[in-house]
Amino acid sequence: MAELNTGDDGGKKGGKVRSKKANGKVDLTAMVDLAFLLITFFMLTTSLSKPQSMDLGMPEKPKPNEKEETIDVADNRSMTILIGENNKMIMYMGKFDAPLEAPKDYTFGKEGIRKKIIEKQAALKASEPDPKKQELIVIIKPNKKSTYKNMVDILDEMAITKVKIYAIVGIEKNENALLEKK
Amino acid sequence: MSKVKMSKKATSIDMTAMCDVAFLLLTFFILTATAKQPEPLQVDTPSSTVQTKLPDTDLAIITIGKKGTVFFGVKGPDVRRKTLENMASKMKMSFTADEIASFGLMDGFGVPINQLSGLLKMKSADRNAEGLQKGIPHDSIDNQLKEWVYAARSANAELHDKPLQFAIKGDAKEEYPAIKKVMDILQDQEVNKFNLITGLRGADF
Repeated sequence: MAELNTGDDGGKKGGKVRSKKANGKVDLTAMVDLAFLLITFFMLTTSLSKPQSMDLGMPEKPKPNEKEETIDVADNRSMTILIGENNKMIMYMGKFDAPLEAPKDYTFGKEGIRKKIIEKQAALKASEPDPKKQELIVIIKPNKKSTYKNMVDILDEMAITKVKIYAIVGIEKNENALLEKK
Repeated sequence: MSKVKMSKKATSIDMTAMCDVAFLLLTFFILTATAKQPEPLQVDTPSSTVQTKLPDTDLAIITIGKKGTVFFGVKGPDVRRKTLENMASKMKMSFTADEIASFGLMDGFGVPINQLSGLLKMKSADRNAEGLQKGIPHDSIDNQLKEWVYAARSANAELHDKPLQFAIKGDAKEEYPAIKKVMDILQDQEVNKFNLITGLRGADF
């Protein structure tokens, strides 16, 4: 037991009045509490301090002597998101020259682009009978002034809305002009 | 009839054994917890809702900080040492055994290779002084980052027989072209899959 032996041994000689020593048993409850608190802390921090990461697959670069593959995509499935300076974002559907939905500004987050993406996904599901053609395709085009944060934000949107087909592509001149206007 | 009286026991329980176990576990967790290494380049990572964890091994981290300075680091001392050896033979430089050993203990660095031995001679606390490490050159004239990436990949393949994964840790305010440049260097070597290191974001984004 965790008691300290403090029994007085032979101290009765001389007839001095000694104050009776208290038993040395220490209450360890508080100590155990503290120890378990620290254990919990260390257990949680060891697994939580690992940084989060986001997977990003990029399309393979075409070799110089190979022809670039082109894939035809239905206009109503392809959404293009242009990202510019100061969190500016423009979205349009279909081709740039003949958009199904004219380019318009959106904001990042729940009320902005996410609402639109979910809306488009639902519309596609309703209008396309073929399940293979129901997936929305998002093309992300950050321009030179856009920040890394915006890029991660938009990739995060893809993860939240579960858009499976998306790609980061270089921006074209006329699209860049649209971003820098205003 | 006299009732048999139950002798009342003291309610205090002996906590000694419990205390022992608790401290044993505590010691274990403290020792296994990896202390947070001071980083030579501080970056604010952007946050995301994705919650995949980074792998612990077979990983190289490329940190991109302010004004496009690039730092490079590989996990695992054995891979680090082999990377430096590969790099030395590629660049026709030589490093002493001491330098190679201390490189194995260094988390990440950001100096051109000709200043590396100077950096290795310093104390590890002095290395992280701000502005000391200016980044690894990675432009078209002197693309040392490409060589480091290649050296680390071959070192990892040789030692662990596994492909090396790449994580990009970019500053949130960094402009996209700086990130693109690093991704292009990786893609030139047909590394098409990266991990982007992000922080945790609150639920109501």
